[in-house]
Amino acid sequence: MLNNLIFVNIARFILLVIVQVLLLNQINLFGYINPYLYILFIIIYPFSANKSLLIFLSFLLGLFVDFFSDSGGIHAAASVFIAFIRPFVLKYSFGISYEYNTIKISNEDYLKQIIYVGSMVFFHHFILFALEIFNVNHFLLFLNSILFSSIFSIIIILCIITLFSKK
Amino acid sequence: MQQILFFFIRNKNFLLFILLFSISIFLTVQSHSYHKNKFVNSSNYVIGSFYDLKSSITSYFSLKKQNTILIEENNRIRKKIEFYKNKFSHYEVDTASINSKYYFYHAKVINNSYSKTKNNLTINKGTNDSLKIDLGVVTSKGIVGIVDNISKKYATIQSILNTNSQINAKLKKSKHFGSLIWNTVDPNIVQLIDIPRLAPVTIGDTIVTGGKSTIFPEGILIGTVKNFKMTEDKNSKYLNIQLFNDMTNLEHVYLINNIDANEIINLEKEIKDVE
Repeated sequence: MLNNLIFVNIARFILLVIVQVLLLNQINLFGYINPYLYILFIIIYPFSANKSLLIFLSFLLGLFVDFFSDSGGIHAAASVFIAFIRPFVLKYSFGISYEYNTIKISNEDYLKQIIYVGSMVFFHHFILFALEIFNVNHFLLFLNSILFSSIFSIIIILCIITLFSKK
Repeated sequence: MQQILFFFIRNKNFLLFILLFSISIFLTVQSHSYHKNKFVNSSNYVIGSFYDLKSSITSYFSLKKQNTILIEENNRIRKKIEFYKNKFSHYEVDTASINSKYYFYHAKVINNSYSKTKNNLTINKGTNDSLKIDLGVVTSKGIVGIVDNISKKYATIQSILNTNSQINAKLKKSKHFGSLIWNTVDPNIVQLIDIPRLAPVTIGDTIVTGGKSTIFPEGILIGTVKNFKMTEDKNSKYLNIQLFNDMTNLEHVYLINNIDANEIINLEKEIKDVE
């Protein structure tokens, strides 16, 4: 069972990186809008698992995406950040009980799912674009990118969660 | 000591986060500065070969974008050629500073007709892109038409496949002038009329623009002579010209702006007024 869980997470890690760099990074809707699906790994990583390990894995995940997109360390920074704040986000999305009950995201109601996924995506994109654009003169582009990429990412992530949930 | 150890254990997540976050920020800042050996990039072997494989599959998807880039490049090169034609003085890298007599723009054909008698094309650029009426339109293969209507974002082009069109053209070899018209029969064949009776014409001769108008520079390709005959009154020749362009599948076009056009037109108008 435990081996199975490790295997699933490794496979998910690799698959998400490949899908992100080969497919989603090439979309460029309206010139600049891309969804960032790879943070799904952080979002659905088992809630009760080791937090330090998650932070480290998130760093690796972001770093891989950075390698492929020649972007320094922006994805790594954003991923590490959301991995670190994940317990707090979980707490205000699903209530204090998330640690004791082994809840599954797909079994929760949609509002809670949207709050959780939405916050994670928003924080990730905020750090990501803040580091990427890094210029006060392009503040509007910054807001635009956050808004539209977030919407795009949230929709895709929720779809994937719903599609692959075992009910 | 124990206190410190406990502090580390208690805050290990936070410290790990700070450490990894700092590394990320460091990598980001490093990637912003040039001339530094960057650690995170896609030019290493593993990721390079991965991308190589990917590119062999996906290069087809970016063809559109690549085409645009190539068109821009062509645009630049055309400008340079025009510059070298005028003077061979010195070499400029920045095309904005070249004093060519002609400016080139490019545009995409968003609507094209060739089956009517008065055919027009629509392109996706207009006055916002500093286009104006009476610019010549060509492709890399040859002549297309002249801009005749313009809005902010779009312009229509009077195609050479239009019975109103009459463009000055000449035989490349003998430099005899005539007018290019269209008899509405075949979208790939136009007619060159008013070529003098004595002009030597052979099948396959190249026809280019004449440079007598302010619209097209001299020497833009048009087509080759397919066949010819004498007119009824035996004074001139009537040539059928096979176009180089396939007028039925135009996509990217260039527009030519003659900077001196206004000056020339005003001058000619003055002379007419005096007469």
